[in-house]
Amino acid sequence: MRRTMDVALAVGWRMLHNNFTTPSLLIPGLAFPMFFFVAFAGGLSRVNDVPGFQFPVGYTAFQFVFVLLQSAAFAGVFTGFGIVRDFETGFARRLMLAAPDRRGILLGYAIGALGRWGVTAVVLTVVALLAGMQVGGNGVDVFGLYALAVLVNVVGLLWAAGIAMRFRTLQAAPLMQLPIFLSLFFAPVFVPLDLLADWLQAIAHLNPVTLLLEAGRSLIAGTPTHVGYAFAAAVALIALFSLWAVRGLRKAEAAGGG
Amino acid sequence: MTSQVLHLARRSVIRTLRQPANWITPLIFPLALMAVNSGGLDAATQLPGFPSDSFIAFFLAFPFIQGALFATVNAGVDLARDIQTGFLNRLALTPMQSAALLLGHLGGVIAMGVLQALWYLAVGLAVGVRLESGLAGALVLFVLAVLIVFAFGTFGALAALRTGSTEAVHSLFPVFFVFLFISSMNLPRDLIETDWFRVAASLNPVSYLIEAIRSLVIVGWDERALARGFAIAVGLAVIGLALSSLSLRTRMART
Repeated sequence: MRRTMDVALAVGWRMLHNNFTTPSLLIPGLAFPMFFFVAFAGGLSRVNDVPGFQFPVGYTAFQFVFVLLQSAAFAGVFTGFGIVRDFETGFARRLMLAAPDRRGILLGYAIGALGRWGVTAVVLTVVALLAGMQVGGNGVDVFGLYALAVLVNVVGLLWAAGIAMRFRTLQAAPLMQLPIFLSLFFAPVFVPLDLLADWLQAIAHLNPVTLLLEAGRSLIAGTPTHVGYAFAAAVALIALFSLWAVRGLRKAEAAGGG
Repeated sequence: MTSQVLHLARRSVIRTLRQPANWITPLIFPLALMAVNSGGLDAATQLPGFPSDSFIAFFLAFPFIQGALFATVNAGVDLARDIQTGFLNRLALTPMQSAALLLGHLGGVIAMGVLQALWYLAVGLAVGVRLESGLAGALVLFVLAVLIVFAFGTFGALAALRTGSTEAVHSLFPVFFVFLFISSMNLPRDLIETDWFRVAASLNPVSYLIEAIRSLVIVGWDERALARGFAIAVGLAVIGLALSSLSLRTRMART
């Protein structure tokens, strides 16, 4: 266990160091969610006037929850790009030779993704509060919202790591981004579920992201709804994608890490 | 020179075709996003003053611009890979002219732009969108769309030449995306409630590219919107080409 953690901490530290000392990696990771927030909360605030739209703490908070979860998922995806870079440069091969327990490598990447998102979450929250976001939930509700986002971050990382370790080339980047992006957007992003077009509503009902999003929004509004189900769904996704990522790691090992 | 451009353009096109992710993504993803945005924001057509009763017709301009961004990033990544793998270094040892390298590389981007424009237009018509400007409008839309892809492509090349890193070019995708999202993509500018956002959208050239395409779909012939759209596309192409030529000169000097 200690050996696994040693590997994990070393890999995690390296990911964080690379991210925070390379502006071309750091800035887009911060800017991406910020601009989504600005574009949706600012550009679409008029949607608040659509007949039937009701959210007690306003459109800014409504969009904040979506962008918070999206940023968490994408911090995982962007970490996947870093994993691919390690394979492309041959670093992963050396890492695999040196690591006594290679699952620690995966854990290290997860630490890197979480650290990366942590900074984004702080900046996003500050920007949202400065923009006048109202928070109806108490401390426990807000903690629950961020805990949910942490789980989404892990899901995003595990998905991206599975792809990165199978393909080991940046050409697979769209495969990391696209499913995450689509699953986020086939959910009630701009308006509540009952205002979506019928076909989208039918898909959103089946999409677990809808559950996460609605639970997150209920937490920020201070009216928790289906929160237990949302956490259960997130944990189930983590279990599923852990298998996906570990099998990806085994495939990378079988390929000699290159 | 022409022969050099054609050789490199052919290589660029073949390389794009050999990487399905590079052409499938720009063909599918913008339409998927158009579908979810149209489904998600369909209720926005009930806002007073909304210019169309079909959000999908209003939003059809979006895939053209987003597809151009995809083509740009993919082409930028290919060029960055040429730098990383030393292909550019080897080219520097040949009599190849720098301009030929750039134009040949952009040839692949234009080919992708042609394919994308035809595809988006076909899907738009298939889902029931009717162009108010008719067949002639479709031709103008096609020309404008390819011009936009070329203009954006020059900036993808610039990013690749400046950074020389595939990962850095990929990471710039969200930055390019910003211009798309801080625009009149989701709502007409006069319906944007937040003042600063409306100002930013008005200053953003992408708004005018979107509005030029959109005008052909939901208005008919809006000379002002079209003039602005074409002027901005040509302007961006000229600026992008000039800056990437300078960067290429520096990059070749370094090697």
